[in-house]
Amino acid sequence: MNTATVSEEEGHEEHHDHGLSDIGYIKVAVLLAILTAVEVATYFFDFGVVEIPSLLILMAVKFQIVVSYFMHLKFDSKVFTYLFLTGLILAMLVFAAMGTSMVFWQNPSGCDASAFC
Amino acid sequence: MADTAEAQTSELAYGRTEWDDYHHLPTNTGLTNEKVTMWAFLGSDCLLFGALISTYLLCRNRVGPATKGPTAADLFDIPFTSVSSFVLLMSSLTMVLAVTSIQRAEMERCKLWLLTTASLGSIFIAGQVYEFTGFYREGLGYTTNISSSAFYTLTGFHGVHVSLGIVMLVTMWVLVTRGILGPERAETIEIIGLYWHFVDIVWIVIFAVVYLIP
Repeated sequence: MNTATVSEEEGHEEHHDHGLSDIGYIKVAVLLAILTAVEVATYFFDFGVVEIPSLLILMAVKFQIVVSYFMHLKFDSKVFTYLFLTGLILAMLVFAAMGTSMVFWQNPSGCDASAFC
Repeated sequence: MADTAEAQTSELAYGRTEWDDYHHLPTNTGLTNEKVTMWAFLGSDCLLFGALISTYLLCRNRVGPATKGPTAADLFDIPFTSVSSFVLLMSSLTMVLAVTSIQRAEMERCKLWLLTTASLGSIFIAGQVYEFTGFYREGLGYTTNISSSAFYTLTGFHGVHVSLGIVMLVTMWVLVTRGILGPERAETIEIIGLYWHFVDIVWIVIFAVVYLIP
């Protein structure tokens, strides 16, 4: 068994420890494509009151799938998850802060800050 | 003694250099500094896009007291953007296949997937340029109103990220083709892949929140 063969086998083992097989990734991509198709369907068909919640859920599921499988967070060190989550939570706080200050709060004259927009 | 000689031969077969000895020093966490840095960068980039998406959502239907003109939402071509989104989503698949290829030392496949990913990214950018051109012809310039400024800033920043990703992918392709980047440095491709997937997840959010939610 030559060096190249040994290294190739090691590479295979490492790959399986830290992620899916190629077929596994293709299955994940097919699932993402189906979810995208469902998302786009909401534009063509009237889903009523469930339209916005279902779009947000689909978005979150697609986000989770890409981060977990394609970005390997599911298989990698938790340190990476914490680093990424910190940024994500801070981004949500930015959104909450902007929404709070520009939409929910109004000045004494009764004219809200959104009038600038 | 024989084992040491064999180990040295194994390392030489992979073209290990002093560069690798320097850059792969053990760390307290057992994680490489490059990968930790990329994840920290992606976390900070979440803040940038969080702020831009928030700004757009606050201004999406507002044209301002002294300005007129359509909003971006009035001009969206959802079927066209859906195709662009699908293209970018599939580029994430080709990117992850490039990473697994180099981990298995399948260099030709790795080159093919890298080039495919860069091509799909280029198609996405071409679509964005086409979309922006159409919007401009319809009277929606960058300074037409606050809504258009927020829209172009958000999608433009994302487009710049994709363009930088394409430059990095082409650079990786050149390095692999010249034999500078081998399986022993597969993590370099993996780190570029992390950036590419991040660009994809940002678009997943933009596509749903900006384009699809009425």
